[in-house]
Amino acid sequence: MRRPEELLAPALLVLGAALLGLAASVSTQAYFVDTLVKVSIVVALYVFIGNSGVVSFGQISFVAVGAWTAGVLSVPSSEKPAIMPNLAHFLRQTTVGNVPSLALAALAGLVFALLVGLPLMRLSGLSAGIATFAVLAITNNLLRYYEKIGPGLNAFSSVPETTGIWQAAIGALVAVALAFGYQRSRYGRMLRATREDRPAASAAGISVYRQRLLAFTLSGAIAGFAGGLYIHLLPLNIDAFYLDLTFITLAMLVIGGSGSLLGAVVGALAVSGLDSFLAAAENGVDVLGWHIDLPAGTRLIVVGVLMTLVLILRPSGITGGREFSLTRRRPPETTAAEPAA
Amino acid sequence: MTVAILNVSWQTLADALALGGVYALMAVGIGLVFGVLRLVNFAYGQLIMAGAYALAFASQWNWPGWAGIVLCFAVVLALSVAMDRLVFRPLRTQSPSVMLVATFAIAFLLQSIALLAFGPLGKIATSLAPLNRPVTIGGVDIRKIAIVAVLVAAGCLLLLQLLLTRTSVGLHMRAASMDFDTARLLGVRANRVIGGAVLISGALAAVVAVMLTVQNPLVTPDFALYDTIVVLAGVVLGGLTRPIPATLGGFSIGFASGILGGALPTNQSQYLPTFLFAAVILVLLVRPNGLFTRGGGQLERV
Repeated sequence: MRRPEELLAPALLVLGAALLGLAASVSTQAYFVDTLVKVSIVVALYVFIGNSGVVSFGQISFVAVGAWTAGVLSVPSSEKPAIMPNLAHFLRQTTVGNVPSLALAALAGLVFALLVGLPLMRLSGLSAGIATFAVLAITNNLLRYYEKIGPGLNAFSSVPETTGIWQAAIGALVAVALAFGYQRSRYGRMLRATREDRPAASAAGISVYRQRLLAFTLSGAIAGFAGGLYIHLLPLNIDAFYLDLTFITLAMLVIGGSGSLLGAVVGALAVSGLDSFLAAAENGVDVLGWHIDLPAGTRLIVVGVLMTLVLILRPSGITGGREFSLTRRRPPETTAAEPAA
Repeated sequence: MTVAILNVSWQTLADALALGGVYALMAVGIGLVFGVLRLVNFAYGQLIMAGAYALAFASQWNWPGWAGIVLCFAVVLALSVAMDRLVFRPLRTQSPSVMLVATFAIAFLLQSIALLAFGPLGKIATSLAPLNRPVTIGGVDIRKIAIVAVLVAAGCLLLLQLLLTRTSVGLHMRAASMDFDTARLLGVRANRVIGGAVLISGALAAVVAVMLTVQNPLVTPDFALYDTIVVLAGVVLGGLTRPIPATLGGFSIGFASGILGGALPTNQSQYLPTFLFAAVILVLLVRPNGLFTRGGGQLERV
């Protein structure tokens, strides 16, 4: 394989985070597990947004659908009537284990993304941004009130909490490997060609619609899988899968650099690290003898300021939208213009 | 008393017209800035939220109604100018998607600041509450604010139309939104035109803040957030590039959401966002350039 370091660098970063998490105390480990799940979500965003250059605010709806699928299917049958009294009959009967629930979450994300993408991938630019936002709003509205397929407004309690540090790390590695395999394939290259110069790519016979649809569907599958990991981590309700998560994951992608897989992983780790530190600081922490006690709500402000500054000063992110490279000279094929977010 | 066909009461119809009027103003505010900057401002709702907090604090300090409105305008205008200077200006040369993501970040930033500064519970703006009482016209009760909102919206739109067609600033603005570079070559001053658009857009946000706080006096950090998302969809629905289609789009989505919200029973109206946004997606698929525009857009080469 040419330039294996492009896969190894993000994979090692994920492993490093997992090992740090293993070494940490139980309460700190929770932050690392959360971070690794965020890595999977941001990698899912990257597969579509990074490779196509089209902004989508809708990927979190696939995370939500994956979380709902895995959650509904893995609550023990005996507890279902208490948590979800209005659940559809067939869902009440079925309970699956941890791994099948994650696979089904990925499948649900894939199918939903395919269905949404079939009509939506014809749009681009602002229309695409607004339409994907509409998808997010619809998904949120339906999951919030339709109690035949989930707990509605209540939190998903009683889901087995199987996402520990190992499951989160393996999940993130699977996401990274899928994203890498895709971007190295001819389909990934074709999609990035449409990002750099759409008329030229079309003229070379690439169907922009088909390539975008493929990436959107793959992104949906990874997002659904990540949603499954997330719901196995802690009992969440529908509010956890709306604007806040959209904002924070998009910020991670933009800050890291939306043009590369390394950027997605670095952004997720860096922002999660900062975010977890600030979350701890909101409860008061001691750093090097200094006592820091920030008011609640500081986290989103700091992340928001950081994201705006990165967009203004360095729109291609921390990594500059480049993969990690051992050789100093970058090959000519990737020296094209800086990608749009 | 009801309108026979749809089983819609006159009050619902008046409220729907008022909501359409308010959303039309928001649509114009978003559309004007888009015209000159090619920037969709996600943070428009947070300008309105800031204005609403100004009104809430004014009523907490027992200021008279007019003073609250003045404070609201001052706060919103200052914030719009700051937003333009600090964020829009450095981003002017970026692609539309970068700017979209940036304004999304600003929206979140402002909301978090409000959450930190004023808390999650919200404040109540009461000084203009008398406007929320009903008035009886021909045996039908209609809330005063509905009438005021329709009149104010119509007045603002008329003034704006006069400004755009009868003054040189308006001519410059229209020229800049057709073709910014050529307009600059012909002597239109970029910063002046953009500053003008930002100020008018801010003034409209202040007007909307007043209207919305009368209808919904509880001001929270996510005040007007949902409305902005709906209006953005409406603006894209109507056609973003021209002011009149954008206004019509804003009005239609406000009117439709008012009628549906009033006419549907609760167990269906909770799915109102789904109906609205599904309609938006459908329209975008059939007419990607908007409902009220003519001619197809071409793929931009640059």
